[in-house]
Amino acid sequence: MVIYGVALLAGCMLAGVFIGELIGELIGVDANVGGVGISMLLLILISAKARLTGRLRHISQTGITFWSAIYIPVVVAMAASQNVVAAVRGGSAAVLAGVLAVVVSCALVPLLSHIGGELPSPLPKDTDTELGR
Amino acid sequence: MTNAVDLLGQVMSRNGLITAFVVVGITVWVSYQLSTRLTRGHLHGSAIAIMLGLLAAYLSGVVTGGSRGVADLEVLAGIGLMGGAMLRDFAIIATAFGVNTKELVRAGASGVIALFAGVFLSFAIGALVAFGFGYTDPVSMTTIGGGAATYIVGPVTGAAIGASSDVIALSIAAGLIKSMLVMAGTPFVAPLIGLNNPRSAMIYGGLLGTTSGVAGGLAATDERLVPYGAMTATFYTGLGCLLGPSVIYVAIRAIMA
Repeated sequence: MVIYGVALLAGCMLAGVFIGELIGELIGVDANVGGVGISMLLLILISAKARLTGRLRHISQTGITFWSAIYIPVVVAMAASQNVVAAVRGGSAAVLAGVLAVVVSCALVPLLSHIGGELPSPLPKDTDTELGR
Repeated sequence: MTNAVDLLGQVMSRNGLITAFVVVGITVWVSYQLSTRLTRGHLHGSAIAIMLGLLAAYLSGVVTGGSRGVADLEVLAGIGLMGGAMLRDFAIIATAFGVNTKELVRAGASGVIALFAGVFLSFAIGALVAFGFGYTDPVSMTTIGGGAATYIVGPVTGAAIGASSDVIALSIAAGLIKSMLVMAGTPFVAPLIGLNNPRSAMIYGGLLGTTSGVAGGLAATDERLVPYGAMTATFYTGLGCLLGPSVIYVAIRAIMA
């Protein structure tokens, strides 16, 4: 049943976000610490196990893959509801701080990528992703 | 006639989320058409869609004076729900289904290093810029540094160490600039920094840290990279809120004393 996949996904999110809030509370930070990342790890672990034992049938998996595929449209909606005006009107100090942070962080990516052995090969050219680009 | 238009508006706002599906669907379709016809696929359809979204958010912000982009227009309020934190996180988590766990483990260490490097670096850059613009007290420098981390770290840090409201507003603006630049700019820098595999995506997420920016930017580059980048980015804001008002504030105060 499709709902099993959706429920598993939703359960992982609730559990992960709850753990993230708990960690925040424990270390005295007014923010969720890694809730989404923890949810992702939970989903990876549970779904791998359930697929191995055959508990997660293909039809149930579509309850998860649908939401994965709807991700880009959700991001487009997110972009459309940002406070772009505030960002633009923040003045030159805000612009400079934001831009420099991005530029310097990007420059570090190739450096850090070499930690942990040779670079993994690029993902193959994709031909059949969700949106059929 | 005006009655029909009014009625349509009512139907659209009463069924906000459904309206959002239609509007976003059309936007994505138009973007992919533009991508193939105008750029022959060089600029990703999703990159164009995200830029169109940001543009629409800017125009709506100018018209309505609100802070939630097109979601402040009554008929498009559903876009705010569709693109809000709840559904966004739900969809991000779903992308983790089927990731390469081996690569995740192998990239774990560099991801953690990237996280710490990203947080400290952003604070340092923000604090330096603040200093350059005449904000020479440690509280303002730390707060604006937090803004250069993310638009959540800035105000959380500022509130914790007692920054003034204009400095907090400035830090939010810096974080918003960062987030939007990452959203729109990632596909352009990706080939220059080797952002084409799971490990570099995890490092990218850890260094940049803005969840919305990384989530949008990687989607516009190659959606298969999203779970790896999002995985590290989601720890960034928490780490920034932890280190900002404590270690980093103390360090900046010590340097400036």
